[in-house]
Amino acid sequence: MKITKAEVEHVARLARLELTEQEVETFTGQMDAILAYVDKLNGLETAGIIPTAHAVPMENAFRQDEVAPSIGIDNALANAPDRADNFFRVPKVIE
Amino acid sequence: MELHELTIHELHQKLKKREVSSVEATKAVLARIEQVEPHVNAFITVTTDEALKSAEEADKRIAAGEIDTLTGIPVALKDIFLTRGIRTTCGSRILENFVAPYDATSWARLKEHGAVLVGKLNQDEFAMGSSCESSAFGVTRNPWNLECTPGGSSGGSAAAIAARQATATLGTDTGGSIRQPASHCGCVGLKPTYGRVSRYGVIAYASSLDQVGPVTRDVTDCAVLLGAVAGYDPLDSTSVNLPVPDYTKSLVSDVKGVKVGLPKEYYIAGLDPDVKAVMESAIATYSKLGAEFVEISLPHTDYAVATYYLVATAEASSNLARYDGVRFGHRSSAAKSLIEMFAKSRAEGFGPEVKRRIMLGTYALSSGYYDAYYLKAQKVRTLIMQDFLTAFENVDVILTPVAPTPAFRIGEKVNDPLQMYLSDIFTIPVNLAGTCGISVPAGFSTGGLPIGLQLIGRPFGEETILRAAYAFEQATEWHRQKAKI
Repeated sequence: MKITKAEVEHVARLARLELTEQEVETFTGQMDAILAYVDKLNGLETAGIIPTAHAVPMENAFRQDEVAPSIGIDNALANAPDRADNFFRVPKVIE
Repeated sequence: MELHELTIHELHQKLKKREVSSVEATKAVLARIEQVEPHVNAFITVTTDEALKSAEEADKRIAAGEIDTLTGIPVALKDIFLTRGIRTTCGSRILENFVAPYDATSWARLKEHGAVLVGKLNQDEFAMGSSCESSAFGVTRNPWNLECTPGGSSGGSAAAIAARQATATLGTDTGGSIRQPASHCGCVGLKPTYGRVSRYGVIAYASSLDQVGPVTRDVTDCAVLLGAVAGYDPLDSTSVNLPVPDYTKSLVSDVKGVKVGLPKEYYIAGLDPDVKAVMESAIATYSKLGAEFVEISLPHTDYAVATYYLVATAEASSNLARYDGVRFGHRSSAAKSLIEMFAKSRAEGFGPEVKRRIMLGTYALSSGYYDAYYLKAQKVRTLIMQDFLTAFENVDVILTPVAPTPAFRIGEKVNDPLQMYLSDIFTIPVNLAGTCGISVPAGFSTGGLPIGLQLIGRPFGEETILRAAYAFEQATEWHRQKAKI
């Protein structure tokens, strides 16, 4: 086995994803098969190879720090599931 | 021909000569949508009122003599593009009621030209899938055979072109999501070089791979639409500041002396016999047109799918962290604490394929596994890129199949994610290498399903692949075939 049920549950916690018992079961089997497949990469020697994060060679993209119009507070809050004044409202964080 | 069947360039001629108005063309397209949508389900949202309003505005512009190739043309967008004031779902329950607060740059550019938006197209949820089956809004059906998928993730974009429900559409391509559905639905689909088209306002899946591109009836329309959306955008720091050529100048029907590479790793023994026959006939056509063939090797091809499913899922797990029920999207009403709100909102809002990829990506990035999976994949990505750069020292374009089979049946691969992933085996390497590729109609299977060929170009070599695609199209009749729906 490449991955256990306990590991799947741990990863789900890291991903902030509540899974049902059935989903844990299914994902354990499917992730195991996928991880067994991607294991073929270990057959390749990659010592000294520089990793690619980005296909096009790029430097930092700097721009002038100029004031420009933005979408505005009401627009930014228009899709909020819950709001109070100019804020997003969430369940209490600190007891 | 009926108005809804015309290409961009054909409709443009009629609009310019004032033989038809944009309102008439738009009404014809909307009527066609109403007629076939119950069978195809290419759209998530049809924007009838907005479309008629912008068509009227386009007609005013045309009356004032302000017309360019896209003015008054009815287009549709994959539902991954933000469209101000219009619902944008990305095929997900989590964004079911999300109304975009601003426009994606590619849509803003089409709007400036006076294009008319008729609707938002179905897709796999968050562009994760190869069949449109992972959409929260029902599967899109292939207009050539309603029991088959249109491919994905831009399945709605391709199906709408095949069923004549829009004159042209835009899609996005992270691992083949424009080219594979274009091939399965008999359309032209182009994935530009990474950085060629702005992704501002395009909902992110895998940021080092995602690109925006056209899905159209023919190569001429593809060149027109690419030219309209390409170019540097200060709002997307990954867009590249290179001049945009006039792509319609590449529409030259001449490939004499063009060196075409045939990678031996793509013409494998297990290739579907229909796909093999189509490729052999395409090679014969190019040979007649005077192209020269060179056998090449892309030795790391066999590692591309594995590399992709580590890089793409890792980036997705990070990109999709923003769907937490705080600022937009679905929020669970069952949660008591903040952490519970995140976990339940995401559990209720995401479908199984998205959850699976978030899980895989989180695992690949997690402590203890990062080096073995994510870093390893990034190193193999370097080798895959080098394969292409080496090949392009000797050839101008690379000719390959788009997909290993014609469109598959709905439900066929839905329970076997790995089999689904392997259907992108010939398109994924192009995204990893960051270069460009186009799918062009090249024949049919014995069962009557369209099959495309893929032309891969050098980075920013869109002109070369458009020219080779145009020459093929002009020498064949495949793009004139219509789905009987």
